[in-house]
Amino acid sequence: MSEAQATYNYKVIRQFSVMAVVWGIVGMLMGVVVASQLVWPELNFGPYFTFGRLRPLHTNAVIFAFGGCALFATSYYVVQRTCHARLWGGPLIPFTFWGWQLVIVLAAITLPLGMTQGKEYAELEWPIDILIALVWIAYAIVFFGTIAKRTVSHIYVANWFYGAFILAVALLHIFNSAAVPVSLTKSYSAYAGVQDAMVQWWYGHNAVGFFLTAGFLGMMYYFVPKQAGRPVYSYRLSVVHFWALIFTYMWAGPHHLHYTALPDWTQSVGMVFSLILLAPSWGGMINGIMTLSGAWHKLRDDPILKFLITSLSFYGMSTFEGPMMAIKTVNSLSHYTDWTVGHVHSGALGWVAMVSIGSIYYMLPRLFGKPQMYSVKLITVHFWVATIGVVLYIAALWISGVMQGLMWRAVNADGTLTYSFVESVKASYPFWTIRVIGGLLFLTGMLIMAYNMVRTMAGGVRVEAPILAPAGHHA
Amino acid sequence: MSDFINEFWNWYVIVIVIGSVLFCALLLWAQSLHRPPPGEVQSTGHVWDETLQEYNNPLPRWWMWLFYITVVFGLVYFALYPGLGNFKGALGWTSVGQYEKEVAKAEAQTKPLFDKYLKMDVATVAADREAIEMGKHLYLTYCIQCHGSDARGARGFPNLTDKDWLWGGEPERIKETIAAGRFGVMPSHAHLGDETIRDLASYVRSLSGLPVDAARVAKGQQAFMESGCIACHGPDAKGNQMLGAPNLTDKVWLHGGTEAKVIETITLGRNNQMPAWQEFLGEGKVHLLTAYVYSLSNTPESK
Repeated sequence: MSEAQATYNYKVIRQFSVMAVVWGIVGMLMGVVVASQLVWPELNFGPYFTFGRLRPLHTNAVIFAFGGCALFATSYYVVQRTCHARLWGGPLIPFTFWGWQLVIVLAAITLPLGMTQGKEYAELEWPIDILIALVWIAYAIVFFGTIAKRTVSHIYVANWFYGAFILAVALLHIFNSAAVPVSLTKSYSAYAGVQDAMVQWWYGHNAVGFFLTAGFLGMMYYFVPKQAGRPVYSYRLSVVHFWALIFTYMWAGPHHLHYTALPDWTQSVGMVFSLILLAPSWGGMINGIMTLSGAWHKLRDDPILKFLITSLSFYGMSTFEGPMMAIKTVNSLSHYTDWTVGHVHSGALGWVAMVSIGSIYYMLPRLFGKPQMYSVKLITVHFWVATIGVVLYIAALWISGVMQGLMWRAVNADGTLTYSFVESVKASYPFWTIRVIGGLLFLTGMLIMAYNMVRTMAGGVRVEAPILAPAGHHA
Repeated sequence: MSDFINEFWNWYVIVIVIGSVLFCALLLWAQSLHRPPPGEVQSTGHVWDETLQEYNNPLPRWWMWLFYITVVFGLVYFALYPGLGNFKGALGWTSVGQYEKEVAKAEAQTKPLFDKYLKMDVATVAADREAIEMGKHLYLTYCIQCHGSDARGARGFPNLTDKDWLWGGEPERIKETIAAGRFGVMPSHAHLGDETIRDLASYVRSLSGLPVDAARVAKGQQAFMESGCIACHGPDAKGNQMLGAPNLTDKVWLHGGTEAKVIETITLGRNNQMPAWQEFLGEGKVHLLTAYVYSLSNTPESK
């Protein structure tokens, strides 16, 4: 037993890291497919491979398969190393891995078959929802169990964020997925009408806030200072922005339902808290980027740091854009247009994917007993290909989004609409083509990463790193 | 009308919303009190994983003020607009009120533009270039979802550019169709049995000159006469525009003319609906749309 406790559990981290890259490729490929279907509708092969069924497969694959595996991998890595303790939970640990993979495979089968609850980012039917809940509870037990047996007194800031992410996602998933089953593959939401919409977007926006933000801030708080070799900029700032962030995100959901049947007061509350969210979000960006102060030169030749710092820049940009889009007046232009899709991708590709990619590049050599990745040069290539891809993607959708918003609201002197809907679709085609190119570049980057990963793993050893004794001089 | 089932929830919302905003401000204020002498960098002294440490730099001032500004904005917004439970806000703004005001303003501006054509008959309006342009705008907004941007329809949705009319192509009939909508109902004839239905399909298809099994046509014609088909479609199968019963002899197939599709129509029946627009658009716009639809098949060349 003492033998087992003398090392960190790296096995599950290796499994999740490799699968993060694999699912990243699958999910982004689905993204390229659905983006292409918009440009070339002939690519819809019905009924299983149509846009309506593949689009949720894309979102589920990138958020929960790619993002989820990256979060599992990094949180298990960070919690062990900053608690100076081996992962706790025995059989629950492999259960989180295999259970999560099963969820992903079931999603990949049921979504093309058209089995869906019809709730965005929560499409999976009730038996899979129950499996998700079980895996997630196991994850919480493993994570907090490891925190409980830590051998340092202070809990490192990254673990606050991971912890908040795990608790909030459990809450969100269980409440939003509450449904009445009518068969194994069909159920109806437990809520009705506008309440159902509100619960859905309470979930939907917090999926962004906790799954795609809090969790990845946890990642940032470990891998940025580690890779930069610098202390975190401000403990005080992390206290303020952590509590303010988790307090205000919970309220932001109604901004998805501006100018709908949702009562006015609820829309206002959603808008105001979305605005207040700006500073807490930027707190994380500042803390990450300022950590580099005094070591800016490292950005020049360290592609991992490039990924991490660029991800924070995109995080800052999309968390400015988000509150602006939550303002009713702006929202009346941006809502239902490509602008929203572009905004999501500046967060999802620029922030979430890039910080994950950087973190996985950091971990892989350490997990497989290599001094560094097989090719550092290929990481640089990956960085530039991915960055150009993101910029093309979001710039194209900014233009098409604003254009669509303006076309939809343009009226003639007689009060009739200047453009029919289909004219705005036609005008969007060039930008959708640029979007496909941007997505293809990002996917290419992931393929480069997969090659680099395989070459790094080849001939590597499965490292069993010894548990370090905590530094003696902590307060 | 309140959004809450009782007063408790009203106050629940008010207390939590204000409390949360104030919590943010208080948290910020408490943590901004810490200001080490300039130039001195403090560390918390904690170390994790060999090298992870934290400085304890003060909150950046610009960031702090940004945070305060959003908090103040939030409080002011809640004072002016609905947000705190049942409190309506000092400005008395509602989204419904804003919508109604904007619609009323637009109506006042544009209603006369449409209503001036009400005094003219449909055929005259259809000849007015400016009116037809306006009618086209209306068509492109409200009608293309079903009838298509070229007005040639789709399966189940009539083509408006041909001379074939289900409910009549006279101006008054077109206007009635748009204003009050239509229900086109063909009952199911599954009780006739597969063989008879197949005979009927052959007969109906033969009326449009499609290749059919000649042996079935005679039997089909007999069934057509005896099974109630003539009640709507008439003994000559040319339909009845008072009922919206299609002419079966004109090679126009609303629901498809293949044998399988005709069999489907006879077996299962059809339920077609054109929605009513009078209440939503008002008579002026309905009149212009009538003229536009009329113009599609009554162009000077086609007369």
